[in-house]
Amino acid sequence: MPLLEVIGMSHYFGGLRAVSNYNLSLESGQIAGLIGPNGAGKTTIFNLITGIYQPAEGEVRLNGTNVVGKRTNQIAALGIGRTFQEMRLWRHMTVLEHVKMARYSKLSYGLFGAFLDSPQRRKEEKKSTELAMEYMELFGVDQYADQLVVNLPYGAQRRVEMARALAMEPKVLLLDEPTVGMTPEEMVDMIMVVRKAHERFNLAIFLIEHRLRVVSELCQNVQTLVFGEVLVEGTPNEVQNHPKVIEAYIGDQEIDF
Amino acid sequence: MTFNFLMQNFINALQWGSFYALIALGYSMVYSILMLFNFAHGDIFMVGAYIGLGVATALLALVGTSGAALLPGWLILVLTILISMFLTAFVGIIVERVAYRPLRDAPRASAAITGLMIGIILETSNILFLGGSRLKFPQLIESVTYNIGGVYVTNKKIMIVLVSLGLMLALHQFVRRTKYGMAMRAMAYDYLVIPLMGVSMNRIAAMTFAIGSALAAAAGILFGLAYPVLDPYMGVSFGWKAFVAAILGGRGSIMGACIAGFMLGFIEIMTVPAIQILNRLFALNIGSNLRDLIAYSIVLLILIFRPHGLFGEAYSAKLRL
Repeated sequence: MPLLEVIGMSHYFGGLRAVSNYNLSLESGQIAGLIGPNGAGKTTIFNLITGIYQPAEGEVRLNGTNVVGKRTNQIAALGIGRTFQEMRLWRHMTVLEHVKMARYSKLSYGLFGAFLDSPQRRKEEKKSTELAMEYMELFGVDQYADQLVVNLPYGAQRRVEMARALAMEPKVLLLDEPTVGMTPEEMVDMIMVVRKAHERFNLAIFLIEHRLRVVSELCQNVQTLVFGEVLVEGTPNEVQNHPKVIEAYIGDQEIDF
Repeated sequence: MTFNFLMQNFINALQWGSFYALIALGYSMVYSILMLFNFAHGDIFMVGAYIGLGVATALLALVGTSGAALLPGWLILVLTILISMFLTAFVGIIVERVAYRPLRDAPRASAAITGLMIGIILETSNILFLGGSRLKFPQLIESVTYNIGGVYVTNKKIMIVLVSLGLMLALHQFVRRTKYGMAMRAMAYDYLVIPLMGVSMNRIAAMTFAIGSALAAAAGILFGLAYPVLDPYMGVSFGWKAFVAAILGGRGSIMGACIAGFMLGFIEIMTVPAIQILNRLFALNIGSNLRDLIAYSIVLLILIFRPHGLFGEAYSAKLRL
């Protein structure tokens, strides 16, 4: 049984069919990629899987259980983590606070314990800080622990976002253009970060990318999405040289061989 | 016009500012996470005061029937504050559920209007159930007046200021050091990510209303101790003035709301001695009934020069310490 399975998913914006009969099967430990021109519906698919949008048709199964209709926070708690193309960080909170926020559901002290500063609160917050530090070390942002994210270099902000997503202990990680806006050096660095996360946590990763180099280095399997439909699916090599894919991308400056 | 007279006013201003600060916090917190002002908040202050009246009366009756004075007055007061804060928190949760959650994606103006309507509903329900006559708040502790070098201070005033400061400090610690406070701050920056962290946005919103309402209830009871007459419309002018303090402090700033609350108290109270000094110095005849006119003209001037408030920032209205 696949870890994450999407079956016959469609979605409409008004009368426009944004995603059409979309299917995905992701095994535990597998890295898959999603490429396609701008406006093809890639981020919409992420939003549908994470429950931000409700699919009009189809199912999203995590470990065999359909999660369509569940709230976003419930789906996240079941083990789907995600990052954003535009990195939605909380500008004026510290790096440590970002990563600790991901541990929210793992801390069990209540509202009264919070106000009365109970020993349980202290113990749990201390443990959460220690764990957060481990995640920050793993992604090389521990030296920024008490700095506001807004003051960090771009690459480090990206790594904070990764640390935050992984501190939730997801089984599946969705990465929305993790190397967007990066220099070639930063991109290589990011590929290593994704690999590290993959090896360390045995994650299933599904990533959206425009840079084929990232896709071919990381993914075993790639889908090409055009106008909300999967045009070609296969290994990075097969997809890259497929005439339909080349045709779909002609004139699109975004692609970066 | 003596130093003592000014000190006397200074202490009154501290007390008055405590009420504004406690209520302003509720406005500021709700605004920062939902980008909406809860215009029912002044009336929640009123409801909190009435709940306090009910709880105090019930506790007094309980102690009365059990014969001896088992509970000293101050303990009844502490219990009254705690129980009423707890109960009023639920009023806040209901207001959020009924008037704000269904309209989260509606135009901002609609949600502001529902807040105003909830306020009117709370006022008229009070008149309906309690008859609309003014009620006397039981004086739970004996008033003791201390004479410190010619300045008269009552134990109640000291207690009101200390309890308010204690609550503000507790809130500060809560927002800074607990996961709930962190979630509230994070939600103020980017609410979309909150559910992706496995955190329910609805719970954080409800919690924010609950905490703001509990603080308003504390303010209501402290107000009842200082000015022991409650009426159904007591929340209206108080609410608006505390709202002014929240804006003056800078939307979303916890410290700003507290400081601006006290500042507003000072401006209001100190305007009267200032008028008297001016009258004496320049042989004028300005009536002290011009207090609010002058006080709020000063506030207007401050806002003209600092449109984002004292601790506000041009780019954000996010929950800050």
